[in-house]
Amino acid sequence: MASRALYSVSVLQHFCMLSDKILHACNTCSVNLSLLPSFNIFFRGNIKHISCPVSSESGDSTECVAEEASLILDEMAHRLQLSTVRFFVFTLSKAFKRLFRSVCVNEEGIQRLQQAVQEHPVVLLPSHRSYMDFLMMSYLLYMYDLPLPVIAAGMDFMSMKFVGEMLRMSGAFFIRRSFGGDKLYWAVFSEYVKTMLRNGYAPIEFFLEGTRSRTCKSLTPKTGLLNIVMEPFFKGELFDVNLVPVSISYERILEESLYARELLGIPKPKESTSGLLKARRVLSEDYGSMYVYFGHPVSVRSLTEGKITRSQYNLLPRCIPQKPSADTHEFLNDAAFRLVRIQEENMVLKPWVLIATLLLQNPDGMDLSSLAEQTDWLRHLALAFGAYLDWPDHEACSEVISCSLALHRHLLSVSAGHVQLSVTDAPQVESTPEEAVFHQAVVVLSCASYRNQILHVFLRPALLAVAMQSANSNRKDDVYNCFNFLRNMFSNEFILCPGDSVQDFEEACYLLMKRGVLQVLEHEIVMSASGHSTLAFLSSVLDPFLQGYQVVSRYLCEETNENLTEKEFIPAVRNFALKLILAGRLKCYEALSSDLQKNALAAFLRLKAVRKVKVGDQVTLKVNKIAVNSLEDTLGKSDVTSHQNSWCSSMAMFEIAI
Amino acid sequence: LMASSSSSSSAQQRLRIIAGHLQKRPEDENASVAAQECKAEAPRSEPSSATPVPRRRQEIMKWNGWGYSDSRFLFNKKGQAEFTGKRYRLSGLILPSLKDWFEGTFGANLQHRSPATPSLNLSAVAPPNLNQPFVEDLKAAGLTVSHDPEDRVFRAHGHCLHEVFALREGRIGRVPDTVVWPSCHSDVEKIVELACEHNVCLIPYGGGTSVSSALECPREESRSIVSLDTSQMSRILWIDEKNLTAHVEAGIIGQDLERQLNERGFCTGHEPDSMEFSSLGGWVATRASGMKKNIYGNIEDLVVHIKMVTPRGVIEKSCLGPRMSTGPDIHHFILGSEGTLGVVTEVTLKIRPIPEYQKYGSVVFPNFQQGVACLREVARQRCAPASIRLMDNEQFQFGEFCFFLILLSFFCFDPQHLCVATLLFEGDRGKVLQHEKQVYDIAAKFGGLAAGEDNGQRGYMLTFVIAYLRDLGMDYYVIGESFETSVPWDRVLDLCRNVKERIVRECKERGVQFPPLSTSRVTQTYDAGACVYFYFAFNYRGLSDPVHVYEQVEHAAREEILANGGSLSHHHGVGKLRKEWMKESVSGVGLGMLKSVKEYVDPQNIFGNRNLL
Repeated sequence: MASRALYSVSVLQHFCMLSDKILHACNTCSVNLSLLPSFNIFFRGNIKHISCPVSSESGDSTECVAEEASLILDEMAHRLQLSTVRFFVFTLSKAFKRLFRSVCVNEEGIQRLQQAVQEHPVVLLPSHRSYMDFLMMSYLLYMYDLPLPVIAAGMDFMSMKFVGEMLRMSGAFFIRRSFGGDKLYWAVFSEYVKTMLRNGYAPIEFFLEGTRSRTCKSLTPKTGLLNIVMEPFFKGELFDVNLVPVSISYERILEESLYARELLGIPKPKESTSGLLKARRVLSEDYGSMYVYFGHPVSVRSLTEGKITRSQYNLLPRCIPQKPSADTHEFLNDAAFRLVRIQEENMVLKPWVLIATLLLQNPDGMDLSSLAEQTDWLRHLALAFGAYLDWPDHEACSEVISCSLALHRHLLSVSAGHVQLSVTDAPQVESTPEEAVFHQAVVVLSCASYRNQILHVFLRPALLAVAMQSANSNRKDDVYNCFNFLRNMFSNEFILCPGDSVQDFEEACYLLMKRGVLQVLEHEIVMSASGHSTLAFLSSVLDPFLQGYQVVSRYLCEETNENLTEKEFIPAVRNFALKLILAGRLKCYEALSSDLQKNALAAFLRLKAVRKVKVGDQVTLKVNKIAVNSLEDTLGKSDVTSHQNSWCSSMAMFEIAI
Repeated sequence: LMASSSSSSSAQQRLRIIAGHLQKRPEDENASVAAQECKAEAPRSEPSSATPVPRRRQEIMKWNGWGYSDSRFLFNKKGQAEFTGKRYRLSGLILPSLKDWFEGTFGANLQHRSPATPSLNLSAVAPPNLNQPFVEDLKAAGLTVSHDPEDRVFRAHGHCLHEVFALREGRIGRVPDTVVWPSCHSDVEKIVELACEHNVCLIPYGGGTSVSSALECPREESRSIVSLDTSQMSRILWIDEKNLTAHVEAGIIGQDLERQLNERGFCTGHEPDSMEFSSLGGWVATRASGMKKNIYGNIEDLVVHIKMVTPRGVIEKSCLGPRMSTGPDIHHFILGSEGTLGVVTEVTLKIRPIPEYQKYGSVVFPNFQQGVACLREVARQRCAPASIRLMDNEQFQFGEFCFFLILLSFFCFDPQHLCVATLLFEGDRGKVLQHEKQVYDIAAKFGGLAAGEDNGQRGYMLTFVIAYLRDLGMDYYVIGESFETSVPWDRVLDLCRNVKERIVRECKERGVQFPPLSTSRVTQTYDAGACVYFYFAFNYRGLSDPVHVYEQVEHAAREEILANGGSLSHHHGVGKLRKEWMKESVSGVGLGMLKSVKEYVDPQNIFGNRNLL
């Protein structure tokens, strides 16, 4: 981990300032663009091929199905045009220059990508935090004279007038957000992607997380598209495919408060061109720097070695779509998690992330001096845990902090050397207490989205810290059981590779031991005398989540009527949490976040404490109150270490549920 | 393929020019060439009934390399390649450009030699572990027996790279303790009976051309090992002109069988590349495939009746009916049994009148994809000539060097993609010409251009000398081998590309200092797929254990073949080399069925070569 921290520093020095680059590359774009229009025609020739199996299943005539497939293709296909791309590059470079102080790219990553593109077809897997992501990706690849990617974009973009078509002409192709049952759609879509990949027309780009993360935590990856891009390798159609994870991070996210509002239940405005025009306001603000880190290409061939028996694809004609087998599915899931973890590890973090973490832990605010002191302490902890931190080398800590505070001043109030998270542009008239809570929650959730960026660094040690607190003894297996319980509980919340429980535990032990926080003996884990503050910090990192999950479980136990539908769940929990806050019984604003509530519900469903039952068109939630109660008790132990007994019973319950 | 049409039309034109030059051999216009001319001339002029292969094979054949002792490639003092002897059409010729190809392809250097041990060191051969009572009983039965180290060493190996490499270094492993030469079916019955009585291990030996480690003596075998050499059982017992069948002893060597039948106006048409040395019994035991199978069929299509001696007794059918519905065909327990069940002693084969007319041909394609597409179309229309083979670009370049087609390099075409198909038509003249036109018309649709009869014939001639070339390579730090598979049509291209690339990558990872030669060819077409051959060779200078590296790479290549939908083997067989994949290939139940047959037929494991299962 230490060596990794050093490495990150040296990489940062090689970052180049792209914003200084003049728009000279316009004529040197190297994509084989001339091939692309013909690609669609060529692909259309294959449609019959795809429709045959579908038509024989559905009983419709082949022509009929082919017609339908053709329509799907019209809706989906990209029409990459160099002129559009140039237009975009021109406008974007203007926009980027106004928005960002600098855009930093690791150039050795670009060189690796250049190499990879020549070897095998490339799939770009950027993290997804903002609309800017794929615009910036295409822009960068254009500027570096790399082949422009074709991008799997959500259908919602297409409904934007004019812009949808523009995006299409700059290489986006559109997919419906859900097409679970539609076999023909799936067939056309997967064949479309695979044909592009097989023929090496252009790199494919898609987002493993499926959608923009509103919380800046990485989302549990989806495997559908990953399967599609790996299948040509599984079926022997390609020797190898290079997957390139790309980590994009923002010093300040454009959608920051939008996301927070969305999480609080203010619905997301539909993508529209007028909305985009209104968003021009954002152009006048300062969004700091943006970082794009191109990771090492991951070869699908080496990833699958010993894990996938490719001969399982021998017995069906290759054009027939095949559902991934159980072991393939497990592999895809595992691979997807690993790729997202690579994205996380390469995410560049700014000092503000540390400050946000501390401010959230001190809702009453901090003195600037103690903030500086603690930030410096946290910085060293983060570096020791392998964080990829971009800390200005030559500036004093206080200088760095005041810069960060300035950039994020809209979330803060600073007076007389005291910093506090607060509503700055609040409406003059405080209308209702509810609204006041929501205003404060927007600030807290915005700030949390920065803390969330560094969660992956602290996650495993933090789980261990909480486990240490709630375990009955110092015995290693007791602590491990608690650790494992928490890990299971939070596996929808954070990126925790399935099956890596032991590995994660050992990693956490190692990191804390190295820091001198713990001593790990053969059968015991003992806290060192000096370790208290670190453990306290780490457990309070997870505190909002523990509290949030408890709120959800308390709601499920106390409030639910028999016919709680899935749709009603989020607003109902939100109301419940709101009441608790208004009554002064809950301080944790993050419990209002619909993301947390959804993840908690998913965990309860997974642990079989809640069941989904379909009644008519509606899905209702059946709560096993005993199980939920017991889970809640277990979670509660980390805050209030009094209920010693519930832990064991809950573990037993948990095991039964598994 | 969607590339601009102007570049493809200029490529077409260049191809046409090249093809024109290739065809310029007017004096050959009337020559109708027989396939036999490609092979070695028969070394003996005795009447056809004489025993063809001497017991002491080492007198005419190499003990540590391929083929006849007098025929080999070498670089003469001027550094020019030369093929010695008088047996082949290539014999006595100087091949000036082979050196450039050899040095260019492998990074080899004529200064860096890796010569073989000149002669067998007899002291390296362990003394025989004899089962005295068995040997005495054999002698009492009037059978010819030998314990001579040279005889034993000769029968301890096939032609896998590791086997020949060890011999060249003078390393001798476990060898048979006794060699016995039965001269008829009843001799074999006697030997098998005695072997069961005295519990010795029998390993049948036919032509010795195995490339699957099938002849290697199992290290764990503690009993006395007896090599049963069938070479003296080589008579054609009868020919039935009414039913067009011939009854032949299984020890007969391919070229002798063909020559003797030709003298009577017939042929079997079974011509595997090894037919100069491989035996009829060996073909049956490995499920061999002949180059002209499109007309005559593979061995399983050719046999009408098989007689095999097993420890349980003789297995055979009761009649010569052309097809039977009597449960699973017992022939299919024998075909491909690789010497694990018994000794094939006599076979009734289909024969055909010698074809009236034979014509070679060749087609140049702009690239391998087009070539494969053409072969696929030919197979779809079921109009494959007697033989049709497609070499990839690397082999095309080799052919070019070998046969002075330097002419080509004067033209500014892209020699990096061209590939060539060689063809052989057989039948009556009118039909052959008609057939030829049909095939060339199909080829034209795929951008193929006729490139003359000579080139076709040369391609087939190359087949018979390519094994000699390996010995030349081994004199200069180059080792290599070929292996094969069969694969559905739609996977042919992907399989070829992936396996070739895997080979290159594995070589690099294992420290091979020079880029390897990694080439493929499509050698047979079927309705549902094709047989694909790989040739793989590399310069091993700088490697401490080249054979191990070679084996690892071949292993990886086989894994890649299986992962890409290829079979474990099309006709080389499994032997001991590919045993580990048998279960995966035929399923646990399938393997269990085979094992239970072995268990019943040979409970004492007398036929203990441990192949296949």
